[in-house]
Amino acid sequence: MKGEKIVIIDYGAWNMGAVLNIVKKVWAIAVISSEVSDIEKADKLILPWVWTFDTWMLNLKKSGLLSILNKKVLQDKIPILWICLGFQLLWKKSEEWKEKWLWWIDAKSIKFNRDLFSERLKIPHMGWNNIDIKKRNALLQNTSEQLRFYFVHSYHMVCNNKSDILAQTFYGYDFVSAINQGNIYGTQFHPEKSHKFGIETINNFVNNI
Amino acid sequence: MQIRPRVIPCLLLDWDRLIKTVKFKNEKYIWDPINAVKIFNDKQADELFFIDKSASKRWSINLKLLEKISSQSFMPLWYAWGIKSLNDAQKVFSLWFEKISINSWTLNNNNLITEISKIYWNQSVVVSIDIKKNIFWKYKVYSHIDNKNTKLCPFEYAKKLEKLWAWEIIINDVDNDGCMNWYNYDLIKIISDIVSIPVIALWGAWKFSHLKKALHEWRASAVWVWSMFIFHWPYRAVLINYLSNEDILKLN
Repeated sequence: MKGEKIVIIDYGAWNMGAVLNIVKKVWAIAVISSEVSDIEKADKLILPWVWTFDTWMLNLKKSGLLSILNKKVLQDKIPILWICLGFQLLWKKSEEWKEKWLWWIDAKSIKFNRDLFSERLKIPHMGWNNIDIKKRNALLQNTSEQLRFYFVHSYHMVCNNKSDILAQTFYGYDFVSAINQGNIYGTQFHPEKSHKFGIETINNFVNNI
Repeated sequence: MQIRPRVIPCLLLDWDRLIKTVKFKNEKYIWDPINAVKIFNDKQADELFFIDKSASKRWSINLKLLEKISSQSFMPLWYAWGIKSLNDAQKVFSLWFEKISINSWTLNNNNLITEISKIYWNQSVVVSIDIKKNIFWKYKVYSHIDNKNTKLCPFEYAKKLEKLWAWEIIINDVDNDGCMNWYNYDLIKIISDIVSIPVIALWGAWKFSHLKKALHEWRASAVWVWSMFIFHWPYRAVLINYLSNEDILKLN
């Protein structure tokens, strides 16, 4: 919303500029920063995607941002939007990653199980796919056109609390494609690469939450 | 098919111009690339792929142009040609390109794929195989560096690339470029059957039925298209276009 300080956290992610670009597209102002002082003053946070979780955690530890993130998200409860892989950081457990999680959401991250696929499909799940919204929320809202976003991932979340599931997508089977618990929002898909659907999502996060 | 069919405009660049070729020769100027990107944005193209032919003449990547392109785009972007090293790949990724395609340089340095994949995850690296028939009408891997066929069998090469962490393989039938003779289905099917990673068809599509056949019968994971999205038949007038959402869903 107007006047809010939005910080896109800089921890060496590859696509921070793309996220900044889409925030500008919805006429909002954001900064890319790794300074504790900037994050302390933030009203909203966005955490873009990074290549691997281990890289993410190492960068985050190096930057000294872990404790300020915990404070802003868990204590101050400012809205945070986590895009794609950063998503896995919300989970308690993942098969793939060696570094410890930030335990914010009770869920785990698992690789797509080919044995459960309803047809022969390739992994990773890469391309555009539809989402089904599972609960009323301010981030994703149904329109006259089916919502679709760009995905590229081999792992997906399994939420232990069904109430945390914001949206599901079908790829071989249904999987969680967006989550929401209070001030925490996470998307498996990439809104910054999803045209008008992504622009609307970022607009909702910036202006309606 | 469970996922939305992937139909990707493949934009051929030469310096700062969009061009079209026939069998990689006989260049024809099409338009300014930035304006073309804006049109593909408006038409909500799902992904865009850029090949810069001039990168091999300059021995460098046109980073300024790529930066302008990515600042206009809100869809996944790919880039190919001129990536010879991890450093080159890093420069392109830093401009928000989602994926890179490596071609002839993998013939000289097989480790390049693995080097890039280890840092940027293997989904970011695709390998393009140019295939051309030799004088005995046998398929061989073609090298753009040397501008001639190698002795490599493309089917064995595809299997090798999979072991080196290539995420997707793009099949370019050099003899089909610009001819609008549809895709080389035999090639696509054979390679799609022998590797488990996605296979993408490039060059040759002219009709909607070509796309459907490549995606369904020959199990290509995606199709790249250029002539069909820039020319308007029957006089091949330049008209940038893309499939509507309804048309893409008909490919299911």
